[in-house]
Amino acid sequence: MFKEFAKGLSITFKHLLPGHSTTVEYPKQKLEMSPRFRGLHRLVPTQTREKCVACYLCPTVCPAKCITVESAENEQGEKYPRVYKIDLLRCIFCGYCVEACPVEAIEMTDKYELANFKREDFNFEKERLLK
Amino acid sequence: MTPEVLSLSNAPALWAAAMLVKIIVAFSVLMGIVAYATWVERKVIGRMQTRLGPTMTGPNGLLQPIADGIKLFFKEDIIPNEASKFAFVLAPMMILAPALISMAVIPFGGDYHFTFHGVTYLIPMQITDLNIGILFILAMAGLGVYGIVLAGLSSNSKYSLLGGIRASAQMISYELAAGLSIITIFMLSETLSLSGIVAAQKEVLWGITALPSWMHNWYIFSQPLAFGLFVVGSMAEINRTPFDLPEAETELVSGFCTEYSSMKYALFFMAEYANMVTISAIATTLFLGGWDGPFYGWINFLVKVFGFMFFFIWIRATFPRLRYDQLMQLGWKVMIPLALGNIVVTAIAVLLWQ
Repeated sequence: MFKEFAKGLSITFKHLLPGHSTTVEYPKQKLEMSPRFRGLHRLVPTQTREKCVACYLCPTVCPAKCITVESAENEQGEKYPRVYKIDLLRCIFCGYCVEACPVEAIEMTDKYELANFKREDFNFEKERLLK
Repeated sequence: MTPEVLSLSNAPALWAAAMLVKIIVAFSVLMGIVAYATWVERKVIGRMQTRLGPTMTGPNGLLQPIADGIKLFFKEDIIPNEASKFAFVLAPMMILAPALISMAVIPFGGDYHFTFHGVTYLIPMQITDLNIGILFILAMAGLGVYGIVLAGLSSNSKYSLLGGIRASAQMISYELAAGLSIITIFMLSETLSLSGIVAAQKEVLWGITALPSWMHNWYIFSQPLAFGLFVVGSMAEINRTPFDLPEAETELVSGFCTEYSSMKYALFFMAEYANMVTISAIATTLFLGGWDGPFYGWINFLVKVFGFMFFFIWIRATFPRLRYDQLMQLGWKVMIPLALGNIVVTAIAVLLWQ
């Protein structure tokens, strides 16, 4: 019995020695996200416009119904999203929109610090998503 | 010129001043240790569980106790409607006061000499040298139970009541073992005064002269079993982990102090740490030769007390809480028989060799 006590005490004492802490002091020190991490969305731009062709697959597949798309035609006669809006308060970060997209126009970044002060600030319009 | 013991009769004003200084110094040092024991505990337990402990308030989180104090001070003070108000308010005081009072009889250093108007006075570094010091400490330890039981009863909450009931059963059974283990000490020292016990531990250890000059016949060498029983028993008596069944966060939502908030809760918290300091001081005095040791007077004492406190924190970080029946079994079937046996053996030894 006393042998086990001593063993336990020695284990905890070993942890006390410097260099055994596993804490990441978060705001000062951040872990690197894995490439498949599902953070804030991003619309992929091309040279002149966004890659998105407004096919409506992402609002269709979205289980939280947080994506609003309105399509229009530009001067070259191509379809483009006149409005592309994600309501981040509804979004569940499932990544189905990324999977559904036929042209790989939407992807998920490693940004996870998404806190904000106003409700309106969680409406991500096209311009913010293109950044 | 032989120094004169400063007393009420030979220099009343000086005596009162010296007494006040001693009380203020002892109290403030005790409170400082209590405050920073919380910081050390969080830091050490954190490290032992491979965390960091407080880091944000001040360098290394050193201002954490002050931040905690301010936070608790400004919290709303809630007294439940159904609680018995008088007992509810009285309980935290009743638990803190005995913990602090016990420090009054503990010698924390050698005598201090000074000359005033041509007369050399001697001040014992002890607030008061009661000739029944150990009995006083046992009595105060016994009073500590009432605070917890009262808190549990008066809160009018089933968790608090369970905590209080557990506390009373546990503290009574372990007080027996701890008290019985002390008996062997005053069988050897033949005095109940704590300064007398320290003086009795200043002889050469078993006639061995090869030891370093500060190694004396501390009672830990002649009474190792009593020492172990006393440390474990008093750990249970002050509700330290692994014997913290009265508060048991996981099952009783912190037991007897569930309904307390604000400064009343802070008093319980302080009492827990003050008890820890007191028990460390008592164990130091009884078994480790008090302020005897390689350094200067009170430094030895503080080193030993801090050593004990580190040990208690270490134990807390290592062992899980005992089950209630295991606790009772350990107390009544193991520790009390061992303590009684120790008394018998010591009595025979004293009869044979002295």
